[in-house]
Amino acid sequence: MNELKQQKISLNPELSKETIDGEIATLNLGPTHPATHGIFQNILRVDGEKILSSVQTVGYIHRAFEKLAERRSYNQITTITDRLNYCSSPINNMGWEMTVEKLIAADIPKKVDYMRVIIMELARIADHLICNSVIGVDTGALTGFTYVFQEREKIYELFEEVCGARLTTNIGRIGGFERDFSPTFHQKLKSFLKTFPKVFNEFDSLLSRNRIFMDRTKNTGPISVERALDFGFTGPNLRAAGLDYDVRNMNPYSSYQDFDFIIPVGVQGDTYDRFMVRQEEIRQSLKIIEQAYSNIPEGNYHADIPDFYLPNKEMVYNNMEALIYHFKIVMGETPVPVGEVYHSVEGGNGELGFHLISDGGRTPYRLQFRRPCFIYYQAYPEMITGQSISDAVLTLSSLNVIAGELDA
Amino acid sequence: MQSLSNKSKVVSDKPMTFMERLYLPAVFGGMWITFKHLFKKHNTIKFPEKQRIFAPVYRGQHVLKRDEKGRENCTACGLCAVACPAEAITMTSAERKKGEEHLYREEKYASMYEINMLRCIFCGLCEEACPKEAIFLTDRLVPTEFERKDFIYGKDKLVESKENPIDISLRQHTGKRTEK
Repeated sequence: MNELKQQKISLNPELSKETIDGEIATLNLGPTHPATHGIFQNILRVDGEKILSSVQTVGYIHRAFEKLAERRSYNQITTITDRLNYCSSPINNMGWEMTVEKLIAADIPKKVDYMRVIIMELARIADHLICNSVIGVDTGALTGFTYVFQEREKIYELFEEVCGARLTTNIGRIGGFERDFSPTFHQKLKSFLKTFPKVFNEFDSLLSRNRIFMDRTKNTGPISVERALDFGFTGPNLRAAGLDYDVRNMNPYSSYQDFDFIIPVGVQGDTYDRFMVRQEEIRQSLKIIEQAYSNIPEGNYHADIPDFYLPNKEMVYNNMEALIYHFKIVMGETPVPVGEVYHSVEGGNGELGFHLISDGGRTPYRLQFRRPCFIYYQAYPEMITGQSISDAVLTLSSLNVIAGELDA
Repeated sequence: MQSLSNKSKVVSDKPMTFMERLYLPAVFGGMWITFKHLFKKHNTIKFPEKQRIFAPVYRGQHVLKRDEKGRENCTACGLCAVACPAEAITMTSAERKKGEEHLYREEKYASMYEINMLRCIFCGLCEEACPKEAIFLTDRLVPTEFERKDFIYGKDKLVESKENPIDISLRQHTGKRTEK
């Protein structure tokens, strides 16, 4: 580590000394490089193909979400969380809603919990499908990517059926859902649960036990579990290093304790481990959805919190009391308790946390997002040191660093 | 590192079998899967000749509704503009004059109503905020334009025409207004 630090420090003065005839060259990987799947810049110092050191840059698509959130009412902040990890926005939306529910100590019906679990696990499947198929693309196997994208499309259609949008979902409200699952949703979910395992097994058979893929990904971008913990890794990337930390299991939210699922772990935290952990997580997510869907309880699709959940439109149109509440909620003038809460969910990439400080006003006093991608990216230079340039691309995609979440 | 739960399972330590050690089965297996897909049903929808059916609650281009007598529902209360997280909505209110009763449903109306479609993020909060059944999102997509100013939609583009009202009955899941 000390050696790495010295290399980092000595990088900039040497930049000017390097010439094209020298052994060591400087290479910009990014910011807009087709292989980085996002706006990431890495200034690599390479000796031939071998990476000696690298310096990463963050902030290319920084949109000041934490500051924006200080001027938005609680309902409006859901739309900001859409744009963190846009591969699994429903998890971000619901994480935020659960944070506010924790602050106002709302009593959430079991049905809402189960509906949320279904939507969040669907989002996790979509997120992992993208990540794993893109690992395939970066190793030269485009085929699997094109096949599983149809399944991702089906998941997006399910989101569309609930909330009306596909990518930036803004799904759910503080206290529950904006509407109950429609008959079309039930029909589409049933057909998805039936067809998905077949397509997924086909994708799995293309890559998982393929020697070409295994040789390429094993020992690529490894990280030990101790180093991973030092950096603050969570989620699939920590599990790939060998520690079975999962927020769904360690600190259950949204009734996750009701479901039976296995936490897959890897051995040495390399790209193959990360790939395999995500593959298994997709299977477990499917299992959770099946459990939740078959046991979904009777009840209302939202909590009974008239201070935060909008009244029925029919009441608003015809009843003065409801209209007053409607105005107060939309304008964010309902009383919010003063306090400080932290709530974390197992996002597509790891522990996605919301640290909310409320001073009782219509907006948060301070809101901080614990974004797992930001943490992974800190470890990235260390992980690719000594690897080749093509390994660096593969490591980045297997860490699943999403630019929207990295820069917030 | 000790385990934190009793539910963990190592998934990536299986050694390669003899068959997997040979490169060729994997290569031919992959080619066989690709070959099979040649004869499968194509998933591509040939847009724009054929269009995918959107969900009834799809959040597309906005519409300002008229009531059954053809009068504008909007009373320019400004709640949609307050609810908008992208600050895309602007409006000016005016008082209904005598003789305009057939144009506007209530005494106050929006003389100017603009949505900047470049700012809009189609979150649907304006539709949810509207207490007068006036603004709805529809399953239409916002067409592309060449200039930025063309994306600022005024009342000419937003208010539905009397001849071709836009059906939004499927998204009025939370109830209708009863005439007093």
